[in-house]
Amino acid sequence: MALVNIHEHILDVAAAFDFFFCPCLLDTKYQEVEEMADETIAITFFNGAIRSSENEEMAHLLRRKSQLLIAFGSCAHAGCIPGLSHFSTRSDHFQTIYLDNPSLDNPTAITPQTEVQVPEGILTLPYFMDKVKTLGQVVEVDYTIPGCPPEAHQIWNVMDHLIEGRPLPPKGSVLGAGRSSVCNECNRVIKDKKIKRLYRNYELVPDATSCLLEQGLLCMGSATRDGCGGLCPMVNMPCTGCYGTPEGVLDQGAKMASALGSMLDIGETRELTEESITHRMDEILNTMPDLAGTFYKYSLAGSILGGRKAQT
Amino acid sequence: MKKITINPVTRLEGHAKIEIFLNDAGEVANTYFQIPELRGFEQFCVGRRAEEMPVITNRICGVCPEAHHMAATKALDALFAVEPPPTAKKIRELLYMAFFVTDHTTHFYALGGPDFIIGPEAPAKERNILGVINKVGLDIGKQVIACRARNHHVIQMLGGRGIHPSAGLPGGWSKAINPEERLEIETIARQNIEFALFSLQIFADIVLKNPAYLELVTSDTFCHQTYSMGTVDPKGQVNFYDGMIRVVAPDGLEWLRYHPSQYAQHLAEHVEPWTYLKFPYLKQIGWHGFVDGPQSGVYTATPLSRLNVSNGMPTPKAQEHFDQLFSTFGCQPLGNGRYQPIHHRLATHWARLIELLYASERMLELATDPEILSPDVRAKVKTENICGIGIGSVEAPRGTLTHHYETDQQGVLTRVNLIVGTTNNYAPICMSTKKAAERLIHKGQVVGQGILNQIEMAFRLYDPCFSCSTHSMPGHMPLIVTIRDPNGTVVDVLRRDG
Repeated sequence: MALVNIHEHILDVAAAFDFFFCPCLLDTKYQEVEEMADETIAITFFNGAIRSSENEEMAHLLRRKSQLLIAFGSCAHAGCIPGLSHFSTRSDHFQTIYLDNPSLDNPTAITPQTEVQVPEGILTLPYFMDKVKTLGQVVEVDYTIPGCPPEAHQIWNVMDHLIEGRPLPPKGSVLGAGRSSVCNECNRVIKDKKIKRLYRNYELVPDATSCLLEQGLLCMGSATRDGCGGLCPMVNMPCTGCYGTPEGVLDQGAKMASALGSMLDIGETRELTEESITHRMDEILNTMPDLAGTFYKYSLAGSILGGRKAQT
Repeated sequence: MKKITINPVTRLEGHAKIEIFLNDAGEVANTYFQIPELRGFEQFCVGRRAEEMPVITNRICGVCPEAHHMAATKALDALFAVEPPPTAKKIRELLYMAFFVTDHTTHFYALGGPDFIIGPEAPAKERNILGVINKVGLDIGKQVIACRARNHHVIQMLGGRGIHPSAGLPGGWSKAINPEERLEIETIARQNIEFALFSLQIFADIVLKNPAYLELVTSDTFCHQTYSMGTVDPKGQVNFYDGMIRVVAPDGLEWLRYHPSQYAQHLAEHVEPWTYLKFPYLKQIGWHGFVDGPQSGVYTATPLSRLNVSNGMPTPKAQEHFDQLFSTFGCQPLGNGRYQPIHHRLATHWARLIELLYASERMLELATDPEILSPDVRAKVKTENICGIGIGSVEAPRGTLTHHYETDQQGVLTRVNLIVGTTNNYAPICMSTKKAAERLIHKGQVVGQGILNQIEMAFRLYDPCFSCSTHSMPGHMPLIVTIRDPNGTVVDVLRRDG
């Protein structure tokens, strides 16, 4: 969908490429893709995280057949929202969705199976994996276009670059985004103010011109790569981090934790023990539940944290 | 027993697979429409702050994020017991109309329409939006693209982002409209009305004036007698943003009218082990399998069903086309503006265009409403109200969309239930696919490429959202049919290449 939203430029892309790189067209020729020689496809834009066994097979197939494999969008890049699954187990998912739910009718506790005998024969389903994987965790990725979704003007920047045949940056680079953080393109004013407390978005009507984080809204802008144009803060809403880590940053959540830590105003600390300093910080942070889900909203699957430990 | 596998949507994300089994006589024994994908939003949203849901559930889909954003925002109003100011509701609905215009446009020109505009018998590689552009002319193709572009511009202006908006808040909207923006939106709404009328004219010229197409539309292959569902305003007319849920029986009798918060009393979801998607049905009637008729709890929630349940369209031009639709199918008036329901499923395409016109007209009404410029767009949430239950619903382009949230004392989600637009239609989609297969496969013989097109048309008319990716360019469904003998050996492969 993001791709179509480059609007009239789609005609330029069609003229240049005949859409052979388009994932949906690749799908149409799935059988042919299997049969063709390796590296026949010049460029594959892979969208979606690796959620099922079938997704993983597709990733391997397209890697083999493509000269360039580009992780397109936050799901392929970092696992995105589906990666929040890592806070629960596989069986939690099946329990909630098929066994315990307000509108459910399932007296015999049926759950989907990878192989089912029906009266007429056998039906199969791909395996719902224990964890979401990013494309880069499954195969080698040449480039990444971040964002949920990547903004249309950025997609066009990349397409135009490819159509013109201009040289590409080193493998592993991020395309269609900046190298700094969203703060870089946000027009709100930073005054290096400390914050005494955090506000949930319904608790505060922010002023229209100053930094949202300095007003106490949990804006992820400083821990998020620029490229979108700073859109959410323009409508008075905090950045939620969909463009992933800025250049050179390994972990988005860790980056945000450190940014926030340096901004909390816990008052005079000279006379305080380390314990009471921690306590004061906790008092501020505890007003905001689910910091992990906030800091890693789009990047849990690809993060150092990785999700809940010791899944049994 | 022979097994035919149609793996139509071998995409990277969002996917569907059809398995057709033939009996020893070579007739269709059964058809299974499988959804081999699960992401698990209902589980992984638990533990999140409730107010994050408009942004999180956006990501359920790249095609209808605005619908999830809106249902989530409304569920938060209910959850936090806060009534948004009138202007906030109008801005939400305004954005929502712009969304309906782009979404229905995409379906008609890129997905469903090519079957008609190019023709069901035309070579598959022409049946996509580029083929549409070839047939109707580049200028019209550019108009289609321009229509999508200008409405995405409105969505971004009002909601922050063109695909995944971020402005929804419990009790309101994060941004008011200024006079320049309002003027621009008014201009766009007027262009949309012209575009919708023009699209209806294309449909009339190409489909209604062509006896072969008309026969297809009214053929029994694409007919199913099920219950119809839709949201209606206090006058019983179509509304996409808010209202009561009305369900009418196959004969047109009103069967149910309930507030969306009562959904769990009226709907239940059936589980099958061969698919990841559940099958909602009308609870009082019960699940009796994939069958038609008043004794089966199966219902549809589509553009056609919305028109079937309504007393008409609230805007004048759409109303004219509403009357024309039902009179073309010979439906008797039932009083209060409502007609006997249409069960010929291909009429859904026509209904979708009437909704496109309604959304455009409604957009203009809202853009010219004096109240739309009020800066009062947020009501205050009382912190003592953040624990509870909230249910919100809207009409998504593909059917009634319901979000149900429960929270603890901190306003953190403890339970989430979602019944998504397309999910409502999962059983009907299975039935339509099976019926098309039954009509087209006899004595083990598949009627060439025809079956591929017609089976495809049978489910495409629902605009199923699990095929998000196929909504994008170039917009036609890949179909591969593998015929296997009882031992599983491939005896034939039918393929419709791109």
